Amino acid sequence: MSDVVVVDYGAGNTRSVRAALTHLGKSSVVISDPTAILAADFVVLPGVGSARSAMEHLNQTGAADALRTRFDNGGATLGICLGMQLALQTSEEDGGVTCLGLLEGDVRRLQADRVPRLGWANVDPWNESFYFAHSFVGQSTDTVATSDGFCVAVRNGSFFGVQFHPEKSGDAGLNFLEQCLTLV
Amino acid sequence: MPYSRLIPCLDVANGRVVKGVSFVGLRDVGDPVELAKFYSDGGADELVFLDITATPEGAKTMTSVVAQVADVLEIPFTVGGGIRTVDDASRIIEAGADRVSLNSAALSNPELISEIAELFGSQAVVVAIDAGDGVVHTHGGRNATEIKTVPWAIEAASRGAGEILLTSIRQDGQRTGFDLELTRQVREAISIPVIASGGAGNAQHVVDALRITDAALIASIVHENPSGLKGLRAEIESLGITLRPLKEKV
Repeated sequence: MSDVVVVDYGAGNTRSVRAALTHLGKSSVVISDPTAILAADFVVLPGVGSARSAMEHLNQTGAADALRTRFDNGGATLGICLGMQLALQTSEEDGGVTCLGLLEGDVRRLQADRVPRLGWANVDPWNESFYFAHSFVGQSTDTVATSDGFCVAVRNGSFFGVQFHPEKSGDAGLNFLEQCLTLV
Repeated sequence: MPYSRLIPCLDVANGRVVKGVSFVGLRDVGDPVELAKFYSDGGADELVFLDITATPEGAKTMTSVVAQVADVLEIPFTVGGGIRTVDDASRIIEAGADRVSLNSAALSNPELISEIAELFGSQAVVVAIDAGDGVVHTHGGRNATEIKTVPWAIEAASRGAGEILLTSIRQDGQRTGFDLELTRQVREAISIPVIASGGAGNAQHVVDALRITDAALIASIVHENPSGLKGLRAEIESLGITLRPLKEKV
């Protein structure tokens, strides 16, 4: 069995996150099968596509329910970018989407000087730079880190979500991923 | 605000990096994977790969290059050249690229911008504009169109582009500095980020561009001395632009 299940949304770049996992010595598989999601030691909800198409795919395949059950059972899950946003209750993206609701909070269109917010930015209080590429942003009572005042990391129980792309954030990103994997 | 970005651009033909990369410290100067890693280690914030082959065989080769690069690179990269359909974009993104850059295909079919943005998000779509004398050019800057530069940038943004890669044809390859006026005009007209391109000859040129825009594309200035990227970053910082802090490898 693979070390990590990367949840499949049906489209997008999952290769980079798998490459980063390989770099850390972890095998991975891209799949939306509910049984695999429930059984995995570690699950990554990657950051690809749009909220509506991703939720449709997760609902149709049964992955959405599996992720909720997994959360209730305390299974470690990392959400990246859109994957973090999907863990909240609703998103304004695509005219309004009901998300997984693992954490309190919602996702709104980003109000920033330039949108999409692209590039490396410092994350507080970690004092580390990571790569961002987003047009929407979460708001949550479970916020554990911010960047330019935006919520960029949430944590509740076994779910950890980050707005940045650790798989695209060089050594800082790899270190972050490695630490996440040790939470299992 | 995110840090200003420094983005080396690599031209690729038939799976090999072409055009003026010097040999310092590289085993195989034409290998896109090795060069990508080298620039990434040297402090590039992102990379752009431009497929200049534009043949069906070239596209197939490019996809495999993208996959190999994605397996070793831990910074984002954009791929442009020969992307004419949603399928072309999907192929490149699924192979591991973060973003695709559209040029003439977006001009002839602006819908393509929205279609790719809907599928992968705006952040995945860069529209490259080769600008000169107020109008957009095609074919590597050789053919002028009737389309005005600033209105086209506005349309691209409204159709869902996540960034404009703006090349001044006049300045490209001249190494006398970016076209700051053009960059300012385009950036002020839209609310998505703009990468200035064409004309970087020294650190001061890059600094001048980064004072008015979000990112600068660099080519010959870094290809002539790939190991000089760290020094270039330091010089840019000493001139007053804050770049992301680089971690020293342990």
